[in-house]
Amino acid sequence: MTSSLLDIRGLTFSAGGQTILDQLNLAIDPGEIHALLGANGSGKTTLAYLLMGCEGYTPTAGTIRFAGTDLLPLKMHERANLGLTLAWQEPARFEGVTVREYLTLGRAALNPEPVLAQVGLDPDRYLNRRVDKALSGGERHRIELASVLCMKPALAILDEPAAGIDMLSINHIITVIRTLKDNGGAVLLITHQEEVAAIADRASQLCNGRIVYSGDPVHVIEHFRGRTCVRCDGEVCGYVRA
Amino acid sequence: MSELETLTRVLPMVGTEPAVLDDERIAHVVGQGHRILSRRSVHGLDLDLEETPDAIVGELTIRAGVTIEQPIHMCFGLAHPTGTQTIRIDVKVEERASARVLSHCLFPVAKAAQHRMQATIDIGPGASLTYSEGHYHGPHGGMQVMPHASIKIGRGARYFSDFSLLSGSVGELDIDYLVEVEEDGIAELTAKIFAHRTDRITLKEAVILRGERSRGLIKTRVVLDGEACAEIVGTTEAHAKGARGHVDCMEIVQGRAQASAIPIVRVFHPEAKVTHEAAIGSVDKKELETLMARGLAPEQAVELIVSGILR
Repeated sequence: MTSSLLDIRGLTFSAGGQTILDQLNLAIDPGEIHALLGANGSGKTTLAYLLMGCEGYTPTAGTIRFAGTDLLPLKMHERANLGLTLAWQEPARFEGVTVREYLTLGRAALNPEPVLAQVGLDPDRYLNRRVDKALSGGERHRIELASVLCMKPALAILDEPAAGIDMLSINHIITVIRTLKDNGGAVLLITHQEEVAAIADRASQLCNGRIVYSGDPVHVIEHFRGRTCVRCDGEVCGYVRA
Repeated sequence: MSELETLTRVLPMVGTEPAVLDDERIAHVVGQGHRILSRRSVHGLDLDLEETPDAIVGELTIRAGVTIEQPIHMCFGLAHPTGTQTIRIDVKVEERASARVLSHCLFPVAKAAQHRMQATIDIGPGASLTYSEGHYHGPHGGMQVMPHASIKIGRGARYFSDFSLLSGSVGELDIDYLVEVEEDGIAELTAKIFAHRTDRITLKEAVILRGERSRGLIKTRVVLDGEACAEIVGTTEAHAKGARGHVDCMEIVQGRAQASAIPIVRVFHPEAKVTHEAAIGSVDKKELETLMARGLAPEQAVELIVSGILR
């Protein structure tokens, strides 16, 4: 019996003859902000795709339960309708689709203006713009976060939410993450940026497909920064013992 | 119901209210088959069309220096399941004149019919023409639609065209446009087509950039489902210093539909440049998954993506 919102046990995923995730265990409680740190190639984004059920991402072994439901038989939109969502590190562009349409997705009662303002974008300037290539990377990231906010998810997986966003605007991102929590949601926060990770309630470090360290974010950040990977001893992730 | 009512009642399907035909400030012509059912001209516009047994023929001239403020509505179509319509029209936009033409091609009940448009368009120096052609076809298919046009764009003139066929099943569509652009002229051709069932689409557009600093863009968006097929050929030639052209073709293929795209670029001057991009395939996986991650079912997600592409 567990009270965790997300309960991952023994999750293994292989592709191209390589094991990307190796018997990974992770639990996230309702309303918890959980930061996931790890070097490039450690499996962070793969974990996000497995949780969301992206095409081509079926675990080799293990279980994922979300709010007590086995996620693995469910399609992406069914998982989303349970309250799970993902903000991609490189968000998609949609030719011809306006920001208003993208944020509301047919929910006529939803007013996207305050949400857009919350991510630091002027609704008057952005609601009728297209979610296309004309937006900068930072603008597109903010709109992605606004889209997640509009869902009020039980768990939002944010893959590098501050990528491409200038340092002065990081506070907007942090505000969004806190708002998700204030709305009763949990956040799995995949990030390299320590100032973003620092707002988490708990954190984990991923190396070579396994969680190697979990606990207080301050300690995990210190562990990550200190190049003290106990799993690979630096051979895989480059984090060598000090 | 009269033929005029049969045609005009579907005008909203191409984004126009029938009331525009009652507005004395707005020029229009309505043709059913080879008969002209209604027409009105406005100051600065000569609308010289006549009925013949095998075509509606004539000229449309916007006089020099005149700006026609309201769009000119040209409604052509067939009010019956069968029939033939041929339009032969010469459009002349004289020097420094400006106008916008909304061409509505309406075939609400057509099952085995033919619509042929043979047009020449001559845009004088410094003049501007925006030509939007919207098609509405019922669900039956079985038509042959052949809009063919030869367009000459004078020095410093501008031509923007927008062809859209977004609802109903057409049958066979064969578009053939040839555009020649003189010095400092601009041509932008956009086509948006949603083909269904067994529709056959052939789209040939050629922009010949003859003058220095002339500009050309061919932008095509085609979505196919069922067993529809399309062949798109976009040609841009640049013959003079500073000429710039671009061909941008995207086709989304669903079901058992088939598509081909052939961008042809030719450059005949070392200081001219033409670029192209073409993409054919299913709906972009990342776009689809992003919308599904927000709770849309796959078919809802595809609908939103496709509606955006065709907008």
